[in-house]
Amino acid sequence: MATPLEFTEEARKRAAEILSRYPDEYRKSAVVPLLHLAQEEWGFVSPEAMACVARLIGCSPVKVAEIATFYPMFNKEPVGDHVLAVCHTLPCALTGCGDIFDHLSDKLGIRLGETTEDGRFTLRKSECLAACDRGPVLLVNRKLHTHLTTARVDEILDGLEEG
Amino acid sequence: MAAPLAILTAHPPAGTDPGDIEAYMAGGGYGAVRKALTTISKDGLIEEINASGIKGRGGAGFSTGMKWNLCADLYPRYLCANADESEPGSFKDRLLLESKPHQIIEGMIITSYALGINLGYIYIRGEFFQIIDQMEAALADAEKHGFLGKNILDSGFDLELYVHPGAGAYICGEETGLIESLEGNRPYPRLKPPFFPAAIGLWGQPTIVNNVETMAQITTIVDMGAEAYKQIGTEEDTTGPRLFGLCGHVKKPGIYEYDSDVTLRELIYDAGGGIRDGNRLKGVIPGGISAPILTPEEIDTTMGFGALGKLGSMGGTGGIIVMDETTSMVDALLNASSFAAHESCGQCTPCREGVPWMNDILRRIHNGRGRDEDLDLLLDICKQIHGHTVCVFGQAPGVWPVRTILVKYWPEFRACIERKERVVLPVEESYLQPDQYEHIPPVPGNFRMKTNEADAAG
Repeated sequence: MATPLEFTEEARKRAAEILSRYPDEYRKSAVVPLLHLAQEEWGFVSPEAMACVARLIGCSPVKVAEIATFYPMFNKEPVGDHVLAVCHTLPCALTGCGDIFDHLSDKLGIRLGETTEDGRFTLRKSECLAACDRGPVLLVNRKLHTHLTTARVDEILDGLEEG
Repeated sequence: MAAPLAILTAHPPAGTDPGDIEAYMAGGGYGAVRKALTTISKDGLIEEINASGIKGRGGAGFSTGMKWNLCADLYPRYLCANADESEPGSFKDRLLLESKPHQIIEGMIITSYALGINLGYIYIRGEFFQIIDQMEAALADAEKHGFLGKNILDSGFDLELYVHPGAGAYICGEETGLIESLEGNRPYPRLKPPFFPAAIGLWGQPTIVNNVETMAQITTIVDMGAEAYKQIGTEEDTTGPRLFGLCGHVKKPGIYEYDSDVTLRELIYDAGGGIRDGNRLKGVIPGGISAPILTPEEIDTTMGFGALGKLGSMGGTGGIIVMDETTSMVDALLNASSFAAHESCGQCTPCREGVPWMNDILRRIHNGRGRDEDLDLLLDICKQIHGHTVCVFGQAPGVWPVRTILVKYWPEFRACIERKERVVLPVEESYLQPDQYEHIPPVPGNFRMKTNEADAAG
């Protein structure tokens, strides 16, 4: 049995603030924002993290697992330091997102959904990121990069390497 | 040529931060809230919105006034502003959220005041990290300036507004899916009718779910008055300014604001500067991926919800995806279908199984291994899904693109199957004329392959 996870003091304060946004009898509404918090805290949402969220809400862990497994944004397994998500929906496909994805894949030596051996990068495809006029686009962690070319992608990656 | 408008796209003064409430107020911001809360009665406000004739901007084009009137006489009521913009080809909400957060908040305050709502959420899709941060700061600023919280502007009206983040599911843009998500359940849409969210919504109470653009437009209506608002566009079709997002193979992609009398041709060739590299147009999707495609011969239509409905398409979210002669329609449809297969929530079997099945068949055609019977099989699966699911998403992104791209661009699909390879036909050989596909029986239900007065009116 894995040791139970607990939020840090600071995260617990944020969790309390999130819970205060919903009427007390409907604490379960906070499950998605709390899962985001858990993911920020631990990088991915493990069963132990789900149990931690469940304790805060006061429901059974399986109820939280039901939600966490539905949404694509919650990582169920550890991911790299930088998650790269290339939008591959029609408007970006028309503007050449395929080349961007292949370039990333070749450069990093990983395929869709994989993480580099050094644990720095995870490569993903994303559904429409609602920046269709600026395609192709790439979401790097929390930041959106637009008007991509392969040269621009190299610059972005170099920037991450330094940072 | 219709003239571009600058109502929703009016830029904040150069150099100012769009989230800066002081700058927004200096430019007349929160004037609409002040006007609504101090000079207009609640019934007067509802009357004003009804009179404006505004149709909701989320995609279905449903009358906002009617939605408000359907609100059951029960309290508490809740408000949800829908900013789960995920329809491929749509990016107008992002623009508004980035450049006009306070105008959206104003619309939410006015709506809540008119309907007696004291608690509301703005549901923002999870991938919009920067927008979520900016909106949370904007809400905090609005509260500091006394536009949220207790006894707003001494009117005795209390309101709390919060951001609720999504986590990457397209289905949460469906209003009942959004409500389920907000309740902390898996976002499986609810069956409607009989009960619409305005009667039984969030936590079983009457709930108004409006798109964020609708919220911003409500501020505009109160600002300029319903009478002036109605003069924009046409009363018979769609009133008010509309945001059109041009993307794909146009020279100048971006958001353009016009009334709904603008034609698709004007948008593509005048506003958008025409097709890239001087290429020829092959097809255009006029309102987000779910909107049935139009051929180059159909682009002289105006862009109102009604006018597009008569053509068998729809106004949708106003996201216009332009495809030039180099585009393979098989590739385009495969992409659209992959999206739908990925985003099906899985509640209803016809959509959960049927949409990925269609995706498999399209992939096989794309790979040059299509079978003779595949196109008829696709049409048959469309028929089995259409109208047999709880929500409209089985048919909107699931069936409509397959049904219309396949039927209209039939020769290109046939060529792929016959030549066993990916084929891009010249533009005029690639699509059929309307009289050539009339024999293909329309899918039962409200599918609008043929012009139908009753359908167009709805």
